[in-house]
Amino acid sequence: MINSNEIIDDIANKEYEFGFTTDIEMDIAPPGLNEDIIRFISAKKNEPEWLLEWRLKGFAAFKKMEFPKWQHFEMPALDLQAVSYYAAPRKKKQLNSLDEVDPELLATFEKLGIPLNEQKALTGVAVDAVFDSVSVATTFKGKLKEMGVIFCSFGEAVQEHPELVKKYLGSVVPHTDNIFAALNSAVFSDGSFVYIPKGVRCPMELSTYFRINAQNTGQFERTLIIADDNSYVSYLEGCTAPMRDENQLHAAVVELVALEHAEIKYSTVQNWYPGDKDGKGGIYNFVTKRGICKGAASKISWTQVETGSAITWKYPSVILQGDHSEGEFYSVAVVRNKQIADTGTKIHHIGKGTKSRIISKGISAGHGDNSYRGLVSVGPRADNARNFTQCDSLLIGNQCGSHTFPYIESRNKSAMIEHEATTSKIGEDQIFYLNQRGIDSEKAVALIVNGYVKEVLNQLPMEFAVEAQKLLSITLEGSVG
Amino acid sequence: MLTIKNLHAEVEGKKILKGINLEINKGEMHAIMGPNGSGKSSLASVLAGRDNYTVTEGEVWFNGKNLLDLSPEDRAREGVFLAFQYPVEIPGVSNLNFLKTALNEIRAYKGLPALEAREFLKLTKEKQQLVDFHSNLMNRSLNEGFSGGEKKRNEIFQLAMLDPQLAILDETDSGLDIDALRIVSSGVNKLRDAEKSFVVITHYQRLLEYIIPDFVHVLYNGRIIKTGTKELALELEERGYDWLKEELHLKESV
Repeated sequence: MINSNEIIDDIANKEYEFGFTTDIEMDIAPPGLNEDIIRFISAKKNEPEWLLEWRLKGFAAFKKMEFPKWQHFEMPALDLQAVSYYAAPRKKKQLNSLDEVDPELLATFEKLGIPLNEQKALTGVAVDAVFDSVSVATTFKGKLKEMGVIFCSFGEAVQEHPELVKKYLGSVVPHTDNIFAALNSAVFSDGSFVYIPKGVRCPMELSTYFRINAQNTGQFERTLIIADDNSYVSYLEGCTAPMRDENQLHAAVVELVALEHAEIKYSTVQNWYPGDKDGKGGIYNFVTKRGICKGAASKISWTQVETGSAITWKYPSVILQGDHSEGEFYSVAVVRNKQIADTGTKIHHIGKGTKSRIISKGISAGHGDNSYRGLVSVGPRADNARNFTQCDSLLIGNQCGSHTFPYIESRNKSAMIEHEATTSKIGEDQIFYLNQRGIDSEKAVALIVNGYVKEVLNQLPMEFAVEAQKLLSITLEGSVG
Repeated sequence: MLTIKNLHAEVEGKKILKGINLEINKGEMHAIMGPNGSGKSSLASVLAGRDNYTVTEGEVWFNGKNLLDLSPEDRAREGVFLAFQYPVEIPGVSNLNFLKTALNEIRAYKGLPALEAREFLKLTKEKQQLVDFHSNLMNRSLNEGFSGGEKKRNEIFQLAMLDPQLAILDETDSGLDIDALRIVSSGVNKLRDAEKSFVVITHYQRLLEYIIPDFVHVLYNGRIIKTGTKELALELEERGYDWLKEELHLKESV
């Protein structure tokens, strides 16, 4: 007997056959956004019917939505029909040696202390098969498997663990959430999937391996992390080296689910191409990141260091549903030249005794414009909810901008919400003082800035913090004097 | 070691230094006194290279190098140290980290390797005692929340750590109570040796009871109008500056 699912499968496949019979071997879909393309992507990835349906629902939602207008910057014109939504696996232009790479980029690598093999990988130079990290990665994988940790690409998870994906996909960021999330739901290419089983403390930072392995995850990434009861995981996203990418728009979605007593730490160091000094080129980084503390006494902590992209527009958020759950947001956002950052967080206190802490440090140099936008909401059931917010801005020079838009909504009398904010400027006096002790102006600014962001960098795993520190210094190079 | 010839400088178009001449040799302690607004602190700023001062005339030679050609950080690396009248606060940067950075920058300039952590800490312990500088201040942010006295002691502690050839103390005694003054002065005295020279800028003779100068210069209206020995400081204490001003006017009217 043929069950109904198979019939639907058949029909879906047929439709797809009509559209792309001869194109199935193709690596790049023609530009444009329509249902056929979505079916094509789904078929290419051999996805089950329910996922295709979900993508199509996302597309339907997307079509009804408009670009938001509340942001504190001019929204660039985006032609979403001009984009090709499938190119697998995206190959960068292969270079034969580092001699062919932009020397400025190499100089940055040098300063960051990025190993040679990694430099090659990042710039698209063909790398030998004997790549240290590959063997390391395999060892890691073995160890994780032993503990029952699932850490794989999103596509792999759809094939191997469809029940988990089906249960949690879109449960934190629904396909109707916002226009970019809807677009991502419709056309997401790949991403990563993590599941930590009950009672397991993930023994390593998930990314030491990932950093090299998944550079080409693409424009519309989708990440889903589930920490089951009493588990712990620390996840690192991104790369400290400046990644060049020809894609303008990056609309990723990250969903975190923390069950009872579970803890998820999610760290990002973002250094996408920021465009040149006149603001030409550069990535639009429009990302939806949200976590839910579903279980009692669970905890989600976001740490982000944002130094790249022409426009960074994102608000990693936490829904504190479980009683006594905890949410944290630590952020450093740096803008220079013509860069724009509109970032912050949303914390929703729903459960009793929930706690949140927001530390945001904005740094603006050149003609950069930095906005903190945050919402702390306390629902009627959230007795004794507590929030502490500290929002600091540091200005370098007198052409830059810094803005703060904090929103507080409390519907519970027992809630305690604190908000502190400061704005300061790196003073000539401070720089001269350090000069007089033998420290040049570049290093002086780096020292002052690193002191300023210390509270946030302290949240990052050690080696990541060191790289982030160097990255900040490099980003601010030439911004004084 | 330091030769200042006919130094003129202005700030925002206003003439502040109007022809300073001064010769400082190795191991000497010079005191510069003078009424408010005479240009004492400006002289310190010009020597250290603060960029709102413009040198309009004259030369400054330091160990055979044209000091005015050097950036502020290179002057520091060559061995010119300024103990600030108002040390700045830098939040989040620990005193220790700051000093390590400074010391290693200076060492790198001289072609020396960075000091290893253990050696650095040893040096820190040793120099801390000189100015009775509490170790709990070491891990605090640079000068943040320090009392006036603690800030000044920190300046002398840095002086001890960085071991310059020429130390300029800009009103280090201002805002110090008598105990702090004693501690700071005894720190300075312990640092005196045949290689190091000092320029002590002060309003009051009080400091010079503790730090005995080889020479005392009186700065007035952008020029050194009198040079003497420590007795001159006592005389100034007794008679003020007016008699010197009068003497000057008499000379000029002749």
